Amino acid sequence: MTNEEIKQHIIAVQPNGVFDETGEWLQVYVEGGEWKPFAQWLRNDVLQMDFLFCLTCIDWSATATGKALFTMVYHFTSTVFRHTIVVKVKLDRNNPEIETVSDCWRTAEFHEREVFDLFGVKFLHHPDLRRLVLTDDFEGYPLRKDFEDPVNMIKL
Amino acid sequence: MENNFKEIETASQGNLPFPGQVHDLPGGGILISSFNDIINWARSNSLWPLTFATSCCGIEMMSVASSKYDFSRFGFEVARATPRQADVIIIAGTIVNKMAPVLKRLYDQMADPKYVIAMGACAISGGPFFYNTYSVVKGADHVIPVDVYIPGCPPRPEALLHALITLQQKIKSGLTREQIRTEKPQS
Repeated sequence: MTNEEIKQHIIAVQPNGVFDETGEWLQVYVEGGEWKPFAQWLRNDVLQMDFLFCLTCIDWSATATGKALFTMVYHFTSTVFRHTIVVKVKLDRNNPEIETVSDCWRTAEFHEREVFDLFGVKFLHHPDLRRLVLTDDFEGYPLRKDFEDPVNMIKL
Repeated sequence: MENNFKEIETASQGNLPFPGQVHDLPGGGILISSFNDIINWARSNSLWPLTFATSCCGIEMMSVASSKYDFSRFGFEVARATPRQADVIIIAGTIVNKMAPVLKRLYDQMADPKYVIAMGACAISGGPFFYNTYSVVKGADHVIPVDVYIPGCPPRPEALLHALITLQQKIKSGLTREQIRTEKPQS
């Protein structure tokens, strides 16, 4: 499917979706509340997005135009149709919470644990939301822009 | 009386001969040496490394183990997968905070005498990860004592061979780590 066809399919189920077509792949911004049913639709309906190949988070610091926020970024591809899209969900930086998609794509289970560990995003209804890479006694979220560690970190 | 110990030099010894005197006599010979020197000589020529690599330096270490460079020529015969059978640990790669207790444990499990080579910038000082990181140990010598340091990112295979031979000479000298540190450079 071309990006335009994918877009028409998405508009049918997500009339409020915001699109960004500047890149190679179609990007769509979805509201946090609509994310879970949209994810299930992506996985099981016409688009057949059966492969989540990247799940990450971005920390946007406050700018003149907007307040600081997190953006969850999901890259999907379909092994049936060979098309790819990017889905982004904006989160409240002070209370970052989003529904898990680990029941739709099993790989998300570990990726969400990693984001939970390094950014402190809470994934609701995740089956096993534990630390993945950091030590058990680690304090803070090292990939946040405001992370400070005066003991281990030598600043350049 | 003539001694001919120059003839039993091996490649790894460079200009260090067999530690003792060989006196040729009719029908045989007499060999005079000290027991410690013989033991150090034997030890230095049979140092088995531990299979331990945490990043790209490990690829370089594998290259040194394989046929083109082949450190078994110098007595680093075969890499052992267990610390109980290893004599030297080559820290080939970055040591992160989470790896540090594992490295310490491996070192503790090795039987004495044991030696440590810090290979590459990461193992020496944290290297490219010295600044602005929360997770990297700034030098493996914060965790275990190091005998030989090799600079490089990663070091050339020749540099690792040089470090291995340096370690052998260090063992042959018979000095402890503390003695070597306080030793004055020879003019």
